[in-house]
Amino acid sequence: MSTQRWRLPPRPGEVIDRSAPIRFTWRGRPYSGYAGDTIASALAASGVRMFSRSLKYHRPRGLLTASYHDPGVLVQVGPEPNVRGGHRLAEDGMDVRPQNVWPNLRFDVKAANRLVGRFLSPGFYYKTFMRPRRLWPAYEHVLQRFAPGGSVPDAPPPAYYDKRYAHPDVVVAGGGPAGMAAAVAAAQAGARVLLVEEEHALGGHLRWGGDADRGALANLVAAVGATDGIEVLTDSVVTGRYDGNWLAILERSRRTGPGPTATGDSGAGSLPAERLIKARAGTLVVAAGLIERPYVFAGNDLPGVLLSTGARRLLNLYAVRPGERAVVLTANADGDAAAADLAAAGVEVARVLDARRGHGLVRARGRNRVQAVDCSDGRTVECDLLVTATGWTAPTSLLNMAGDRPVFDPRANRFFADLERLGPDVLVAGGLAGDGTVAELVEHARAVGREAARRVAEARRRRSTSDATVPPPPDGAPEPVPALGRDEHPPMFTAATHGMVDFAEDVSSKDLVSAVAEGYDSAELAKRYTTATMGPTQGKLELVNTVAVLAAATDRSIAVTGTTTWRPPYAPVTLGALAGRRFEPVRHSPLQPWHEAHGARPLVAGTWIRPDHYGDPVSEVRTVRERVGLIDVTPIGKLDLYGPDVPKLLNLVYTNKWSRLEIGRVRYGVMCAEDGVVLDDGVTGRLGEHRYLMSTTSSGAETVEEWLQNWLQLEHTDWQVAVTPVTTAYASMNLAGPHAREVLRRVVDDVDLDPEAFPYLRVRTGSVAGVAGCVLWRIGFTGELSYELHVPAGFGLAVWEALLAAGRDFGIGVFGVEAQRILRLEKGHLIVGQDTDGLTTAASLGMDWVVKLDKDDFAGKPELAWRQQHDGQLRLVALQPVDGSLTPPEASQILEGHSIVGRVTSSRWSPTLGRSIGLALVAPHLATPGTEVTVHLPDGRDVPAVVQPAHAHVDPEGVRLRE
Amino acid sequence: MLLLPCPWCGPRNDSEFRYVGEARRRPDPAHTSIQDWRAYLYDRANPCGWVTEHWFHRSGCRRFVTFERHTLTHELRSGDARSITFGRPGGTSPGAQTSWRADEPGERDRTEPWNGEGGGA
Repeated sequence: MSTQRWRLPPRPGEVIDRSAPIRFTWRGRPYSGYAGDTIASALAASGVRMFSRSLKYHRPRGLLTASYHDPGVLVQVGPEPNVRGGHRLAEDGMDVRPQNVWPNLRFDVKAANRLVGRFLSPGFYYKTFMRPRRLWPAYEHVLQRFAPGGSVPDAPPPAYYDKRYAHPDVVVAGGGPAGMAAAVAAAQAGARVLLVEEEHALGGHLRWGGDADRGALANLVAAVGATDGIEVLTDSVVTGRYDGNWLAILERSRRTGPGPTATGDSGAGSLPAERLIKARAGTLVVAAGLIERPYVFAGNDLPGVLLSTGARRLLNLYAVRPGERAVVLTANADGDAAAADLAAAGVEVARVLDARRGHGLVRARGRNRVQAVDCSDGRTVECDLLVTATGWTAPTSLLNMAGDRPVFDPRANRFFADLERLGPDVLVAGGLAGDGTVAELVEHARAVGREAARRVAEARRRRSTSDATVPPPPDGAPEPVPALGRDEHPPMFTAATHGMVDFAEDVSSKDLVSAVAEGYDSAELAKRYTTATMGPTQGKLELVNTVAVLAAATDRSIAVTGTTTWRPPYAPVTLGALAGRRFEPVRHSPLQPWHEAHGARPLVAGTWIRPDHYGDPVSEVRTVRERVGLIDVTPIGKLDLYGPDVPKLLNLVYTNKWSRLEIGRVRYGVMCAEDGVVLDDGVTGRLGEHRYLMSTTSSGAETVEEWLQNWLQLEHTDWQVAVTPVTTAYASMNLAGPHAREVLRRVVDDVDLDPEAFPYLRVRTGSVAGVAGCVLWRIGFTGELSYELHVPAGFGLAVWEALLAAGRDFGIGVFGVEAQRILRLEKGHLIVGQDTDGLTTAASLGMDWVVKLDKDDFAGKPELAWRQQHDGQLRLVALQPVDGSLTPPEASQILEGHSIVGRVTSSRWSPTLGRSIGLALVAPHLATPGTEVTVHLPDGRDVPAVVQPAHAHVDPEGVRLRE
Repeated sequence: MLLLPCPWCGPRNDSEFRYVGEARRRPDPAHTSIQDWRAYLYDRANPCGWVTEHWFHRSGCRRFVTFERHTLTHELRSGDARSITFGRPGGTSPGAQTSWRADEPGERDRTEPWNGEGGGA
């Protein structure tokens, strides 16, 4: 067990709970810490200085910012890769391991990359591994070994993911002093506020400040707690801003409360959880603060080089002494404060280099850690800690996403929001807006908060003047938000030596200068070529330095060089949070329990789960052809059409004629889109003067309903038709086979089933097995005498069982989708989506009788008319391999020489014929019956097959289904 | 995420809608040329500015609605009210709808989707 010998005595602002010790492992060895420690602070308290190896050169890396954005402490925690060790709280029992090291952190063989660095120059991915092309698989294999990052677990993570919708009046991004003040002021003005803070507690930089800062922090936190209407989210981040102030907010490491969890455990209450909040905000106040910028010099990535904010976090939040003997480079008050804090904590401050007085440094020396600093006056100071405070990056990400283009101020040497370009729904507070004392920042933010609330109330009043629940605006006129000042800051970007710019991607200033020399002189190009700003830190630490180096190399100003584009997400989002809860709706027919009890093999068909077969689809086919079978066809789409203008609608959407469909008749039709491509097919029957029942394919039900509504609502608003989807209102079943009529007769007595009274393609309504309100269609998808029964869904099982009982002495059997597919293929009935695709028009179906071009109008008519005159379309034909024992897989190509001239769309072995049969789309010159075509099998063989005279392989005259 | 001002449901996320496309005039199939027909199928104005377009409120009222949208700023306004006159041809009152459905007595009651004004455009 390592002792926490770098832990300081209790500090006034510390966030650790010394009464709650925790134990965890690092590299398999035991370590200790306290509740409230981050992984990084607990390890630093025990003297760990090296946390990882860098991406390309495998340089040792230590702490830099000691925050979420610290590039050096991405670690593996148990199965979870890429954990931000500067942010994630240490927990009892955690198994923490370094990443990107092999075989281990201390003796890393890939550190040899440092010796061969010239091969890893910028763009090396593009240059080195391109040629010869045949070696790419070998390159890929080697590169994979060198890929950074942790190892992804095989199993789903033991975590719970959820989503939430929120409609706050004001979202405040950032819970520092400005954010808290803005939230309080907005809430006091009547707004509902969501205050989002990335750290584990509110406070921003006040948390690691001095006594005065901590006093201000306590007051602000108390005000937030005392004000109604503020919801505080800590350890959460606004990852993106989209149109209409729609914000994606990630709540990290929530703990699930007691109760069932995603994995079915209950009450553990410790399952890590994330939640994605989709918030539609009235106004967004961006108070993201400032992120401290590293300084570029040789050795700036050695363990022991810390930013001033990182040093103060370690000292004041976690009571960790970051070194024994320090050199501090300071260009601002925060650096001065860090020097003072270090001295107060007992760290020897060997030298303070004040950039405002012309001091500077040249390089840090050391092997695996800082050992000395070369100062610009020629002195070398031995030390184990180098703290730099050289300025700020403005995290303007959310402002860019709102259309703002932040501008560089050469006097303050940082970017600021361009307030003139901001839309009315986004405001800025805190360091992105300007500088000031805490009191000045708070005063400014309060004005911003009030204005944010006023704009929401005004927008709402505009929308709905009569809504009495809307509180009146606090003040009718916009309140002028006073401008904040801007502090002068020396231009501190790079020393005289080259150093690391992008710590996460291992891009040095030398690499950037090389890229410019190669011609990649714009920020956007150099970024992509060198990968600077493209790593896990996404520009937060390195963007301004990248721009500064490019500006110097191209002899331009930073303002002219400009920045690269900030895009969402601002911070990483897990795929789990994006996916949310597992939610895959499935649909079952009311007969599903019966199917399951009788051995049905499930088939997933879109959202439906259907019986594929009950053990032996071939014998199910024989049952239908020889005796009688029963299939559940509930998923067939069903639309109730009602009104005097239904015939007009049918004439428009079907390619054939519907004007004179008599009551009691059923007709088959094909629907096309306006480009002539087959959309759906099915039968529609006329049940009464104005009542029709339309059937669609199982997967097409919703599309067809939208299609009908499209015509009725946009083109023919005067037509009187009501469309009601009734797919699941009925249980549908098809009774098919030579004995179908005899079976049905036993359970129906109010419908005359005699062939003369109820012939093929007729519809009747009546009772089946005592269940009234059934619709009976005499149609024949299977090619047999068959009746399709639509039964009120709640009585489906009763009718199903009554039919099976009635048919027992006829040898009735149930059949599934597979048997139905064989039966319909024997009969040559096509399936839309199987025998057609997104390019197949009705002119290709080989069913010219169904396309009536002498109608005035129907969807797709002009295109189909043109196609019929310009032959060239593939044709759907029936095909039989010459060797009937061969069943080519579906989608097998049909070849002519080296050209693909068609494909097999459906293929099965026919039990009725004892040979293989199929449907195929072929080039028109091959569509003549008797033509022999060549089918290319996946095993490479080419086999002959013959085009048949009709689609139907069995009973082409249609005798059986008309019996 | 656009916030679309559905005339029936109020402002709703665009994820509830299916984008139908720019409003365009359908040529009369009896008299059109194949060139004009294909222009109707495939050509869109796609202006930088205001465009009149249809959306289908799939996860809402299931009405086709018409908006005018500025393609540069995404400013939106409810457009042509034609889409919500469905069922009320020529200003017929909703009550008149029942005249053609009275011919089948014993029909189950239906909720008429076009009852009431529903917000207007």
